[in-house]
Amino acid sequence: MEIIAKPTHLMANTATMAYRNILKTIHNPERLMDVLIQPILFTVMFGYLFGGAIAGGVAAYLPTIVPGILIQTMLSAASGSGSQIREDLDSGVFDRFKSLPMAHIAPLAGQLFADILRLTIATVVAFATGFAMGWRPAGGFGWVLAAGGLAIFTGWAMSWLFALLGLLAKSATMVQSFAMMTMMILSFLSNAFIPLKTLPHWLLTVAQINPITHVITAMRAMLNQGLWTQQAWLVIIFGVAIVLIFAPLTILAYNKPN
Amino acid sequence: MLANDAIKIESLSKTFGTYQAVTDVSLTIHKGEVFGLLGPNGAGKTTILRMMTTLLKPSHGTITIFGHDTQKQPRQVRALFGLTGQYASVDEDITAWENLMIFSRLNGLSRSEAKQRSTALLQEFSLVASADKAVAAYSGGMRRRLDLAVSLISQPPLIFLDEPTTGLDPRTRNQMWATIRQLVAKGSTIVLTTQYLAEADELADRIAVIDHGKLIQVGTPAALKAAVGGSTLKTQLQSVNQIPAAVKLMTQTLHVEATADKSIITAKLGNPNQVTNVLNRLSQHNIPIVNIAVQSPSMDDVFFALTSGKN
Ligand SMILES: Nc1ncnc2c1ncn2[C@@H]1O[C@H](COP(=O)(O)OP(=O)(O)O)[C@@H](O)[C@H]1O
Ligand SMILES: [Mg+2]
Repeated sequence: MEIIAKPTHLMANTATMAYRNILKTIHNPERLMDVLIQPILFTVMFGYLFGGAIAGGVAAYLPTIVPGILIQTMLSAASGSGSQIREDLDSGVFDRFKSLPMAHIAPLAGQLFADILRLTIATVVAFATGFAMGWRPAGGFGWVLAAGGLAIFTGWAMSWLFALLGLLAKSATMVQSFAMMTMMILSFLSNAFIPLKTLPHWLLTVAQINPITHVITAMRAMLNQGLWTQQAWLVIIFGVAIVLIFAPLTILAYNKPN
Repeated sequence: MLANDAIKIESLSKTFGTYQAVTDVSLTIHKGEVFGLLGPNGAGKTTILRMMTTLLKPSHGTITIFGHDTQKQPRQVRALFGLTGQYASVDEDITAWENLMIFSRLNGLSRSEAKQRSTALLQEFSLVASADKAVAAYSGGMRRRLDLAVSLISQPPLIFLDEPTTGLDPRTRNQMWATIRQLVAKGSTIVLTTQYLAEADELADRIAVIDHGKLIQVGTPAALKAAVGGSTLKTQLQSVNQIPAAVKLMTQTLHVEATADKSIITAKLGNPNQVTNVLNRLSQHNIPIVNIAVQSPSMDDVFFALTSGKN
């Protein structure tokens, strides 16, 4: 039987692999483009384009879109991890990882931990852009931190989903296009940019089923009212459930003997 | 398994879907030898290597490395070898130093041990000057050297090299050969794959010839070459009219049958010194030549000789 890696061994290996991911990002800062550019671009564009029409002004619209765009960015950051995993698997380096006497799961775990950094950067950028445009969340700084934490947790839970997709997909390009579609559909068919009450009935139903709507509603309550709602608990439970279901599936797919 | 054996492969087969990539290969590789897997592209060399290095699960058969079964004790086995894959198995995005440090840490070295080992390997493989450059900017030769350096971090007793010189220019290839010879001198067991008989000849103590996933023959380079029957002499004449005379002359001189195709005459050459005799006789009979060449047996010749009558 294969000797099970000692936990210390696993932790050290995972830390090394996370360090590797961060080094890759330092050498290729364009890997951060999605989490840097997207929130800035979308907040500025949507804010000035639709602010007047939807909320009567940019400042009034910001409490709606800042959490919306943050979650949209989390979605694309999480999907980015899926295509990075696919790219990594297709490169010769992965063979070396697998042929070393190290904890087998460490490359995957390293990626998912390094992702937390990407997600954190995205959160800071999204909030900072809103702030620069005049957004002053009524909940105060403490609630901004809490909402940021919830967003990062949501993004991290979703990155397990995309990691599984990355492992099962044929190519990184396929992961990217699928991720792009998911991101568009989930974020635009939600309350991220618009008040739901303007939607026709059938679309309203879709948007209300969309889990992204619930995450955004929970975050708005935190940021704008300083309230921890039942929906926030729902998000946590849902996120934990995703990790509990998809982490084992991802690990199973990863360890699949070929 | 004998104490002297590094690797024992028994009835190894691998099927991808319905495609049989490796069929019933049995081999023993001794400690301290350089063992060459020789075969054309698609023969199954990489597949066999991937099964030996625990990256691929055999469909049938067993592989034992220093007494450990690759399927039952993959972890122990992984601690015993270094692998340089066919495609660069280093990280392109980061520097040579970072690659060495990361793989040292993953090999279980402490931070200070890792620093020491990385410094030593950079020196040994003449990579100090480019240690802080991203590997993506490296030449093919430098990349291979780094790749090899990374495989040697844990000072493994067994080293796998998958086509270590494919795609390298002749000068870099010679450097790689020199490096491999140094490893041999240190007593490592080396398993390498190659498409070139000349390379297997140059480096390997024993060669296994693989074709279509089957083991055709195992032997020393000398034995394989003997099986093929030495070199070929190719002579091109100035005048096509003189071909019949020249063929007759060469058949007499070489004691083997010479054959003509267009203006080129081909004959087996048992001993390279016979070329002098041929040239003398041709000039005595006033038969001018345009070109004369001695060709070592090619991969094709080896396969033809070894597979004819078997398949
Ligand atoms: N993962 C795979 N799935 C399907 N076929 C494969 C796979 N890997 C290799 N093959 C096939 O097996 C044969 C042997 O391949 P390989 O071992 O790479 O040959 P070599 O290394 O000698 O060039 C080839 O025909 C190749 O297409
Ligand atoms: Mg190959």
